Amino acid sequence: MSGGHAHHTLYLPGTSVLHRLPAQVKLVAAVLAVLAIVAAPREQFWAFGVFAVVIVILAVTAGIPLLLIARRLLIELPFIGFALLLPFVASGERTDVLGLHLSTDGLWGAWELLATATLGVSVSILLASTTPLREVLTGLERLRMPTLIVQIMSFMIRYADVVADELRRMRIARESRGFVASNIRHWPVLGRSAGALFVRCFERGERVHLAMLSRGYTGRMPQPEGDGATMTTWGLALSLPVLFAAVSLTAAVLT
Amino acid sequence: MHAPDGFIDAPVSIAAGVVAAGGLALCLRGARRELDDRTAPLAGLVAVYVFAVQMLNFPVAGGTSGHLLGGTLAAVLVGPYTGALCVAVVLLVQGLLFADGGLTALGVNITDMSLATVLVGFPLALLLVRALPRAKGWLPVAAGIAAGISVPAASLVFVGFYALGGTTDVSLTTVAAAMVGVHVLIGIGEGLITAMTVAAILSARPDLVYLNRFRKREAAAVPAAPMVQEV
Repeated sequence: MSGGHAHHTLYLPGTSVLHRLPAQVKLVAAVLAVLAIVAAPREQFWAFGVFAVVIVILAVTAGIPLLLIARRLLIELPFIGFALLLPFVASGERTDVLGLHLSTDGLWGAWELLATATLGVSVSILLASTTPLREVLTGLERLRMPTLIVQIMSFMIRYADVVADELRRMRIARESRGFVASNIRHWPVLGRSAGALFVRCFERGERVHLAMLSRGYTGRMPQPEGDGATMTTWGLALSLPVLFAAVSLTAAVLT
Repeated sequence: MHAPDGFIDAPVSIAAGVVAAGGLALCLRGARRELDDRTAPLAGLVAVYVFAVQMLNFPVAGGTSGHLLGGTLAAVLVGPYTGALCVAVVLLVQGLLFADGGLTALGVNITDMSLATVLVGFPLALLLVRALPRAKGWLPVAAGIAAGISVPAASLVFVGFYALGGTTDVSLTTVAAAMVGVHVLIGIGEGLITAMTVAAILSARPDLVYLNRFRKREAAAVPAAPMVQEV
């Protein structure tokens, strides 16, 4: 079952330091690192350069092709559109760039949004491509995320492919009867598909629950064992956000 | 509306994270009440449903298409707490596992797309379903109107975050006008699709529509519907 998620997970098997660190340590380090990036003052270009170089070094160490990261970065495309609009709509002082009358603050805002969003998504990609789904869930559980939320997440991941297949079968069934949705008048048919999908999902949920009960489920899943993080691994992983925070702080002092 | 990192500054992102965590804890308690020991498998499958229905494309015109956001739909189908919880789990999985939406923006994203949507959409649907005539056909109308209004309302919450911690000095009225303008259009689509989806489920399995329990009763026959307490 775990092998079937290849098309929507980013995980790339490997043996680098990044792969071997326990998931909970990586989660904390990633969130703190992105916070440090967000907090960096936008006037200090060098700080963002340092962040980018460190992220690239990490990616190379982990054996993640930079092209793959670049392709996954496309996910932020809608926001690039927004960022490009900022220089036109922001208020404040104006300046002339290539014959266009633009807002200085808007230009700064666009730069900041592009830089932090790109670096932030890159950190998320590093995390997702070096950590298998199951370990992310174990990591969250070790970080005291309520068990029930972790369980719901694990059910969601486990059944995502099953339900996506259900949706695909319904589309094939519609299309083999000569129906292809092409305009707004076709919404009632798609609405019925969405309704049918809900009934199927809910009934599957009920079946899964009964199957679990018959196997002795009492509201708790078996706990994962061992592999807690040592102080050394925490220190190793947290050196990334500490470095980023130091850069951010230096940049803030220099501003 | 999946905001990336850097859209909202660090202090407000952290504050939104705290709000989101508190809201989630509340939803978790409520969901246990709505589903008891069936919570994990059922909420899991409803979360997959929200995730899947976002992949179902509704053609609009000229090759463009839209999809459901599903916050109010989920609340109308499985109850407000479970609904909000499921949408939040979808956002968590997208943010943590698929690098979709920023890590530091998770709090902002959960607060507006899950908590705010359900907080506006569900009470509104409840109000409408009590106000409109009893006939079965009116329930999808109530759900649709509530879903349609919840989308621009949630976008206003995002504008609120922007006002508190936006990183660029864009005049607030410009941001509000653009966000609400776009989301009114999205809301119209959301409302129509929600109404059609609820109508389809209501005709096949009326027992699966949570909102159906609150339809106006005939005065004498049945005791008044139980009151729900909203968060």
